[in-house]
Amino acid sequence: MKSKIRHLIAAMALVLPVSGTVLANEGPKLEKAPIDIQDTESLQRGAQLFSNYCLSCHSASAMRYNRLEDIGLSEEQIKANLLPEGAKIGDQMNVSMDKKDAKVWLGAAPPDLSLIARSRGADYLYAYLRGFYRDPTRPTGWNNLVFDKVGMPHVLWEMQGEQVLKTEKNAEGHEEHKLELVKAGSLTKLENGKANTAEFDKRMADLTNYLVYIGEPAQVKRHQIGYIVLLFLGVLLLPLTYFLKKEYWKDVH
Amino acid sequence: MSKGQKLLNWIDDRFPLSSMLKEHVTEYYAPKNFNFWYFFGSLAMLVLVIQIVTGIFLTMNYKPDGNLNAAGIPVAFASVEYIMRDVAGGWIIRYMHSTGASMFFVVVYLHMFRGLIYGSYKQPRELVWVFGCLIFLCLMAEAFMGYLLPWGQMSFWGAQVIVNLFGSIPVIGPDLSVWIRGDFVVSDATLNRFFALHVIAVPLVLLALVVAHLIALHEVGSNNPDGVEIKKLKDEKGIPLDGIPFHPYYTVKDIFGVAVFLIVFSIIVFFLPEMGGYFLEHPNFDQADPLKTPPHIAPVWYFTPFYAILRAIPSFLGTQVWGVIGMGAAVVVIAFLPWLDRSPIKSIRYRGPKFKFMLVLFIIAFIGLGILGAMPPTAGRTLISQILSFVYFAFFLGMPFYTKNDVGAVPVPTRVTDTNGKRQLQFLVLVAVTVIAAYLFATNV
Repeated sequence: MKSKIRHLIAAMALVLPVSGTVLANEGPKLEKAPIDIQDTESLQRGAQLFSNYCLSCHSASAMRYNRLEDIGLSEEQIKANLLPEGAKIGDQMNVSMDKKDAKVWLGAAPPDLSLIARSRGADYLYAYLRGFYRDPTRPTGWNNLVFDKVGMPHVLWEMQGEQVLKTEKNAEGHEEHKLELVKAGSLTKLENGKANTAEFDKRMADLTNYLVYIGEPAQVKRHQIGYIVLLFLGVLLLPLTYFLKKEYWKDVH
Repeated sequence: MSKGQKLLNWIDDRFPLSSMLKEHVTEYYAPKNFNFWYFFGSLAMLVLVIQIVTGIFLTMNYKPDGNLNAAGIPVAFASVEYIMRDVAGGWIIRYMHSTGASMFFVVVYLHMFRGLIYGSYKQPRELVWVFGCLIFLCLMAEAFMGYLLPWGQMSFWGAQVIVNLFGSIPVIGPDLSVWIRGDFVVSDATLNRFFALHVIAVPLVLLALVVAHLIALHEVGSNNPDGVEIKKLKDEKGIPLDGIPFHPYYTVKDIFGVAVFLIVFSIIVFFLPEMGGYFLEHPNFDQADPLKTPPHIAPVWYFTPFYAILRAIPSFLGTQVWGVIGMGAAVVVIAFLPWLDRSPIKSIRYRGPKFKFMLVLFIIAFIGLGILGAMPPTAGRTLISQILSFVYFAFFLGMPFYTKNDVGAVPVPTRVTDTNGKRQLQFLVLVAVTVIAAYLFATNV
């Protein structure tokens, strides 16, 4: 019996990681987004980018402006830098554009971004934000490496410059798509044909970081409380109940 | 006589408080050799309480409304995010409820597995088992309807797929599915009725069944890892020789189990609330959109073994109803275990090799189907699902044959054995290894 159960568990343990790799191989491989949800400076830079470039079309209606005190901004700073004309500090991050108009103008209403990081994941967003390339066949002139036939134009093209799609065959003979910078933007450099995109990538990491934050503003606090709860359970409750049980069971043979 | 005693007497003259406590707690004699597997009954009760209490607080702010608000977000979907952000402590309540849903199934599956390996469903505990199976059925209904409430893409399309299953029933199917939804598609009407059923109707039935499950159990007494009837051997006072009173022995032991469980529960609530997309699915953070079918619709992990059986059975004679029948039968057949199993031996410890072999196959089939049910189908996966579905049913329907003359090398003892914790400790280590493997699996996806 003992060994039988041991075999069962061993079999289960074997099945699980194997199937994990099977599942992981579906879909394109994405670079890990270099984000840190505790880095409030990065989040503040992300908030600024978001307010200046995203929030004119995309709402984040689950977020309130005063919630940004979470990331180290004061009420005055929020009012001075991030709050649109006429909005109150407790308002939600909505857009004035009507959804029906947006659909007519852009083909599809820009989605609300409150939870985009939770549905797509940080790595995808990081790849998406850096994945725009020139494609004359598209109405906007732009396409995206991780979102084919994307409806959104390349809003940040002045920062990133222009990329084009290069398709190469790799060592195994599979086609590999790569983006190449052909025209530098304000945050990228082209020196002797070599692209330096570090500054732009860093800003996109900030923006990704911010999107992850607005996906769940309570997450830093969640971790903090979690450590306290686990400390209480592990250091106090677990030994206490263990020795209580031992004490009561002394006379059971 | 003290004042407390006087009050107790006053109550006892009017309500059987003392005698009930004696019957169900202080003088309920349980076998002294309960092991690791016997924690999950009380843990299921704990999770039930967590779900009810957190559920009450969630209903205070949740709005079952499928219409769009000014920002174009469905009111129900927005109200969940309102709970997550603007309600004080809302995120912890919501994560406890979402984690509790999955942990309910973890605990109940392990509880059912315990019954399976130690023959707890056998005479005289058939009704305990049948009530338990009804609880499992209620739990599935409760989880399915609760999953619609956040009104995300998976909520919507998952409900659409499952309700459409009823549509495949010949003659009455199409009308039946419209009757269930209250509309031609899943809509605000569906959301409202699922909310009513989720918060009132099913929990009431569930609680009544839990009471019936416990009353039936306390009538016949608990089984144990040796499958020995402790009531057969009693001392001069009529107390089973191998029995100990539930309180204080098993209350203090179960409280220790609760402490361990709460640690696991808290790790998930505070650090892994999505559990790699298995407890909270990523596409469900997109609002429900009736015009946009997701590329891959998968049920939550606890339904995937049955979903895999549904998909494995092909449609023939021009109808898809066979898969639905197969899925339903996979759930219902569990309740018939007491009559399918012909062996007089309860515990796996004293069973013969045939049952053990079939049990290993069954475990592989159940976990395998669970993994396959979560993945998009391919021809190869469908074939494996078909084989595993066959194994699943062969375990149950073959039981009258392979359990008939299946006797182990060691005879069933008259008294319980193994009261030390060595075996449990080994088992806990193995469980930890499995949990780690499962975690690696979850994070790799």
